[in-house]
Amino acid sequence: MMIDHPILGPRDAEEFVYLGDACLMVRPDGMAADAAEAFATYLYARENPAGRHRELWFHEQGDQSWLIVTRCTRTHAIEKVELAQDAARAGVVGQ
Amino acid sequence: MTQHHRIGGGLVDRSQSLSFTFNGRTMQGHPGDTLASALLANGVRLVGRSFKYHRPRGMFSAGPEEPNALVTLGEGARTEPNTRATMAELFNGLQAASQNHRGPLGFDLMAATDLLAPFLGAGFYYKTFMWPRAFWERVYEPLIRRAAGLGALSGQDDPGLYDKGYRHCDVLVIGAGPAGMAAALAAGRAGARVILADEDFRPGGRLLAEWHEIDGQPGADWAAAAWAELDGMEHVRLMPRCTVFGVYDHGICGAVELTAPDTPEDRPRQVMWRIYARRTVLCAGATERSLVFPGNDRPGVMLAGAVQAYANRWAVAAGRNIAVLANHDGGADLAEELRAAGLSVAAVVEAHNGQGVAATRGRLGLRGVTLGDGRRLDCDCLAVSGGWSPNIHLTCHLDSRPVWCDDIQAFVPGSVLPEGMRVAGAANGAFSLPDCLAEGQAAGRAAAEAAGHPAAAPVHRASGIAHAPAPVWRTGPEKGRAWVDLQNDVTAKDIALARREGFGAVEHLKRYTTLGMATDQGKTSNLPGLALLAGATGRSIPETGTTRYRPPYTPVSIGAFAGRERGRHFRPVRHTPAHDWAARLGASFTESGLWLRAEWFARPGETGWRDSVDREARQTRAAVGICDVSTLGKIDIRGRDALSFVDFVFCNGFASLPVGKVRYGLMLREDGLVMDDGTTARLGEHHFLMTTTTANAGPVYRHLEFVRQCLQPHWDVHLVPETDGWAQFSVAGPKSRALLSRLVDAPFDISNAGFPFMACAELTVCGGTRARLFRISFSGELAYEIAVPARYGNALGAALMEAGADLGVLAYGVEALDVMRVEKGHPSGNELNGQTGPVHLGMDRMASRRKDYVGRARLGISHVDGAEDVQLVGVRPVREGDTLWNGAHFLEPGAAATLEADQGWMSSVTHSPALGHAVGLAFIRNGAARIGERLRAVDLVRGSDVEVEIVPPHFLDPEGERLHA
Repeated sequence: MMIDHPILGPRDAEEFVYLGDACLMVRPDGMAADAAEAFATYLYARENPAGRHRELWFHEQGDQSWLIVTRCTRTHAIEKVELAQDAARAGVVGQ
Repeated sequence: MTQHHRIGGGLVDRSQSLSFTFNGRTMQGHPGDTLASALLANGVRLVGRSFKYHRPRGMFSAGPEEPNALVTLGEGARTEPNTRATMAELFNGLQAASQNHRGPLGFDLMAATDLLAPFLGAGFYYKTFMWPRAFWERVYEPLIRRAAGLGALSGQDDPGLYDKGYRHCDVLVIGAGPAGMAAALAAGRAGARVILADEDFRPGGRLLAEWHEIDGQPGADWAAAAWAELDGMEHVRLMPRCTVFGVYDHGICGAVELTAPDTPEDRPRQVMWRIYARRTVLCAGATERSLVFPGNDRPGVMLAGAVQAYANRWAVAAGRNIAVLANHDGGADLAEELRAAGLSVAAVVEAHNGQGVAATRGRLGLRGVTLGDGRRLDCDCLAVSGGWSPNIHLTCHLDSRPVWCDDIQAFVPGSVLPEGMRVAGAANGAFSLPDCLAEGQAAGRAAAEAAGHPAAAPVHRASGIAHAPAPVWRTGPEKGRAWVDLQNDVTAKDIALARREGFGAVEHLKRYTTLGMATDQGKTSNLPGLALLAGATGRSIPETGTTRYRPPYTPVSIGAFAGRERGRHFRPVRHTPAHDWAARLGASFTESGLWLRAEWFARPGETGWRDSVDREARQTRAAVGICDVSTLGKIDIRGRDALSFVDFVFCNGFASLPVGKVRYGLMLREDGLVMDDGTTARLGEHHFLMTTTTANAGPVYRHLEFVRQCLQPHWDVHLVPETDGWAQFSVAGPKSRALLSRLVDAPFDISNAGFPFMACAELTVCGGTRARLFRISFSGELAYEIAVPARYGNALGAALMEAGADLGVLAYGVEALDVMRVEKGHPSGNELNGQTGPVHLGMDRMASRRKDYVGRARLGISHVDGAEDVQLVGVRPVREGDTLWNGAHFLEPGAAATLEADQGWMSSVTHSPALGHAVGLAFIRNGAARIGERLRAVDLVRGSDVEVEIVPPHFLDPEGERLHA
């Protein structure tokens, strides 16, 4: 697979480490009263879509950036690649 | 022996002779020959025995689809089994041997298997070898394995070199037949960066095997001229002997290139290429299919296109008297061509007009056939054609499905293709030469244009027609054994049987009968098999469907995948910046994570490693020892929010840590289990230096970047991994301060008052060398860690040894380090194994309640089976001489060794030189409340059952007085 890095251009997926669903960026409040429950969902309840999937990749053999890659799990077609930090700052993580 | 089957013409170089051997017999061939063509030229038809029935077999094809002619090349460690003779380029000195027979090839003792054939149908071993059950592993399976099979491995290390490489292009053209040449010419002339890869050592594809004219030239000459023109283009790379075996996502193809057979042994024999192409044009051609009729497996029964190729390209008569059987009009054309080449044609049997072959004869090679009407013919070769199937494999690797085309009775590429791929020529179902050239030219031009190189492309003139095959797959009577898959000995009967037994779905059929499995993957047999299955079930072929195509297209040796990453090159060897220092002191090294680390420093007179390790630990506790700890992960953390960041990633509080101090930190995962531990120093108001364990340096840094970029994107904090930037030594023991004070430059004060326990500072040593000093201890002694820039690692080690000579300084390795940490009850990798949390380690009181941090919400909730209520304790044997074993489980006295009675496990053990007996760290159910209790440490693997007492995990100096001294 090739991942079109927003800064560095197309890069082989070999350079990256995969983490998982981008919903991991939406961390519940650890101080909340229902935190244990909320974190159980955060950690263990994941969608496993056959289709569009927003997921986290770390450019370990590159610039050390975390990316959100929007990829179709059926075809591996990559629709969009964003810097995770930019998305997190803009508050558009959950989309 | 003379080449008495060699005829005139052809593309072999008769000016040179090449000598080779087959089963020890020396023969001659010419440059341009394959092993198969050279064998046929020498009159050798029998080249192997079949997989299951040990039937005599000969060359069936002239290309990569070969099911029969698998031979072993070379000898000793260079043995290469299962090589297709049809693809092996002949060279002087080639040694080949036939496979799968006992005794001589012509008199295989295992051929008796063939007599048992009625009992050995599809799935026979599932049904036959069911009883007695115990016989399967010891009797039946070894028997079957010995009887069936292909070539054997040498069992030795392959001394050949294999390599890997990466290539990039605008347009990758796969296949250098007429369509591929036309595509490459169109794209190359347009200025696109082109790679043209072909599996053959001579480019041209079927142009070499058939008689055609292109642009007024003979086809083979045109191909040579086109190749030469492409070779002259700087932006075009030609890759003969290179098979593109797989298509992967986003324009990446896998290819394996064989180097020329006379390549010196110090050069790679195979290269695995990863090719990145913006556009791909697949011109892989087509593969001829066989027909099913009784006795169709004898040596001499051969694909018609192969007979044609042997005659025209290699100037070899596949037989002296050739019969032709085809289900289309191409049979008559071939007969005419063979006659024109001076060969005798016995008959043309037209399967599409109701004719057929009912039987064949000849024990070790074809001697004649009986036709459907009962006529008996003498012939030594039967050229068979059941039509051609486009080589659509590479279009299907990404899950595109092919579609059925009635005109050519074959599957052709579907409308959805891998992104960026075009298919042209025979691979696309266009079988006539003008169509191949036109499609190739158009695809090459379009691919170049899509890659940014628009241009007009040349139009090639040629003639030629394609013959449509009739939907006839089988001739002759139903009785008698008619082979569908030659490589796996699957007959028409097997297919009917599989269908009767409920394996009528195409993927079931494949697995039940092995149709289409093994090295040839059924290239010549899949479609006839499908057709028979369709006929038996009353469905059409497209309704029956086809099995899935998966990479690789043809076999790829494991060596090519491994490349140079084998033996000690499997991964890099990492030396610490003080490696040479340790080596000079006589260290033994061990692999520790990604590093080589000194495990101990043996001295003359010591009889084993325990002597060295005990001495190192004892002398460190008595005087001073130095240990290279450069491999610990080091992460530099800076920014206005650096403190918040550190506080967020550790479960214990860091807010109160002053500048100039170090604190132990316990890092959790969000599920509440421990990720890592280590010390973090506050070097400035907004500057921290985190230390990780050796093994987790990479994963912890990745995790911290995740926290920084994904969870706390607004924080002003920056991370720099600098593990490799610093050499670091532990300096431990009661005389460590005395030693260090000799190296630390004035005016830095490292007195107990000026530099107390857990202090840190940036200072200089040895007259101006930058250094970092930390007063931390893993051994439990008064101890420091001192770091200098990596380039000074060896020098600092030497300086410490020299300055401490009169203090009794010595170097210690990771074994003594581990001994001392167990004595102190510090958890390490065995305790922080990803299944333990702070509660299990007795560290839950460290965890802060006043702040949010990674792992807070699930602290004490997540558990892995068996770890939920264990706690870390120490154990000591009741009898002092007893040995403890890592991995032992604890049982109550008298309890049976069952899972229910299990009280926990031993995680670390060592012999304590300080105490004179074994000590262990253990996770025991409710352990903290059971101090003083006695249990048995049972190790059923080592046969050990030792009575132990539960004690606190700190065996030495529990009050920590030495640390503060």
